[in-house]
Amino acid sequence: MKKMLLKIKNLETVFRTERGNVRAVDGISFDIETGQTIGLVGESGCGKSVTALSIMRLISDPPGKITGGLIELNGRDILSMPVKEMRKIRGNEISIVFQEPLSSLNPVFTCGEQVREAIVLHQRLGRKKSKARAVEMFRMVGIPDPEIRYKNYPHQMSGGMRQRVMIAMALSCQPKLLIADEPTTALDVSVQAQIIELLQDLREKFGMSLLLITHDLAVIAQMADKVVVMYAGKIVEKAPSEKLFSDPSHPYTQGLLASMPGYSSPGKTLPVIPGRVPDPAKLPPGCRFSDRCAKRTDRCFKEEPALFSLDNSHFSRCWLHDKEES
Amino acid sequence: MTILRAEGIKKYFTSSGSGFFSRSSSPVKAVDGVDISIEEGESLGLVGESGCGKSTLARVLMRLIEPTAGKIFLGGIDFLALKGKELRKTRRRIQMVFQDPYSSLNPRMTIGNTIAEGIKIHKIVERRKVRTRVHSLLDKVGLPPAAESRYPHEFSGGQRQRVGIARALAVEPDIIIADEPVAALDLSVQAQIINLIRDLKEDMGLTYLFVAHDLGVIKHVSDNVAVMYLGKIVELSSRDSLFSNPLHPYTRGLLASIPKLEFKGEKLKAAIRGEVPSPINLPEGCSFYPRCPEAMKECRLKPPPFVTTPEGRSVRCWLYS
Repeated sequence: MKKMLLKIKNLETVFRTERGNVRAVDGISFDIETGQTIGLVGESGCGKSVTALSIMRLISDPPGKITGGLIELNGRDILSMPVKEMRKIRGNEISIVFQEPLSSLNPVFTCGEQVREAIVLHQRLGRKKSKARAVEMFRMVGIPDPEIRYKNYPHQMSGGMRQRVMIAMALSCQPKLLIADEPTTALDVSVQAQIIELLQDLREKFGMSLLLITHDLAVIAQMADKVVVMYAGKIVEKAPSEKLFSDPSHPYTQGLLASMPGYSSPGKTLPVIPGRVPDPAKLPPGCRFSDRCAKRTDRCFKEEPALFSLDNSHFSRCWLHDKEES
Repeated sequence: MTILRAEGIKKYFTSSGSGFFSRSSSPVKAVDGVDISIEEGESLGLVGESGCGKSTLARVLMRLIEPTAGKIFLGGIDFLALKGKELRKTRRRIQMVFQDPYSSLNPRMTIGNTIAEGIKIHKIVERRKVRTRVHSLLDKVGLPPAAESRYPHEFSGGQRQRVGIARALAVEPDIIIADEPVAALDLSVQAQIINLIRDLKEDMGLTYLFVAHDLGVIKHVSDNVAVMYLGKIVELSSRDSLFSNPLHPYTRGLLASIPKLEFKGEKLKAAIRGEVPSPINLPEGCSFYPRCPEAMKECRLKPPPFVTTPEGRSVRCWLYS
């Protein structure tokens, strides 16, 4: 049994909107072990990014608020922590890399200074030492000519290089957990492959855990040990990677995998999930996927299924997997 | 019958030399000598990474921007020689579907008027039949007739893309250029739009130029595929042979970079090192040479010609010359 790093239990994050309260994350639970990569996958609006921001306690209040649940980092409850203490955790123990590196970097400071700032904030190193450390981080994330690149402003770098700067910044204090929110979505395929390779290498090197958030199932298949599939604020399937991709159980996961172009017979009609993600302010009663599901029964419209276990590591929120029923 | 033929298309962008910040610089060669030809009923996929010039090429073919050099023939008509009334009349033959379904629809126009506008301008049907025509187009793209009186903001991204397709179809074009039509959509919606595009092609015998960066999408919708790199087509071949046996090292690298959907047995290794160089200072010889794993001496010296192999495939690489 590996060591537990992060434990999320019944997390609930609610946003107050003009149309009423929206439960963006509605009672989700999963664990991250030390050195493990968890893939969190789902379409836009499913709550995957809100989950990441909740872990960092970066939900802006108002309009958002974490209204329930528990997040424990190494046994410490981080939701009830004073803000000052939480600030020490951010960047130091948990770091985050966002999708769009251009908007996450400050345009008026050089990339190197921004990485150095993160180091100074958390490690109290002097000017010379922190700069050397920043250059070393640049080298580690594969930025060529790190001393020269240190002096570059964000606009002087390409998208792939900027994402490397973000990763350098996130890893500069050797966090135990790196949250990567769509880290390769804005990048070209050839550069995406480079960043995936880099993240995998660094994870091994530092022995850190990785929470990888993306809508791209193939990126998840390449990187994750365990996969969590979200739909409309809830976890619909949770399984080790090899099980999820060889034997997907929830109709939504099955539908997503089947509808990916380029993997099955080209030119044929793609199997699709009809309709679209429900409006989070007007969720259907019963199962949230019921109006789009090919395998629904009357029960699905009335009662919401629990997260049933198929075996000790594979869970699916679908009445099909209710053992008492069959 | 050849619907669209383009020869030697070049589009260079130069910075004007008068402003305070400007300095005389070499032009950006966004498109640098492209020949393509699309047959009736064919779907040609144009794939490449950002900055390779694929969208610029699409816009040049639409004559939304004027090329620096080259010729475009639309079913035998010299498209670039047309002016005024003749040009407006001929524009009907080539229509575009844009990437962003949010900015490509007029927010102050109802869906019905958006679709009807082209029908009226080009007098596709008599005035009193316009509405029926709009309804049948909405039906073709899977929207209810009631959609005609609604505004774009009332629709989701996928539905707006359906409207964009209906608008393109409205004037009965010979060819549709689709520039990243599904890139902004969620996976489940993306599959719906890909199916719609494919069904329309089958039902109506449509001809497409399909521009995308996603190789999976390209593989699904194209009969033939052109791979573009830094303004040039580096490989052109039928879909099946391109995906089963890519010839150009760039195509091979791109295909190897796609994450596999099967559970990882081995780690994904980046197949292409480095990034696309700036199109301002292109390398002397082959433009892919600095990143190419198989670069040879001649690659650095001379740009390779676009050759046709005995199997009838075209590739721009010294390995095959």
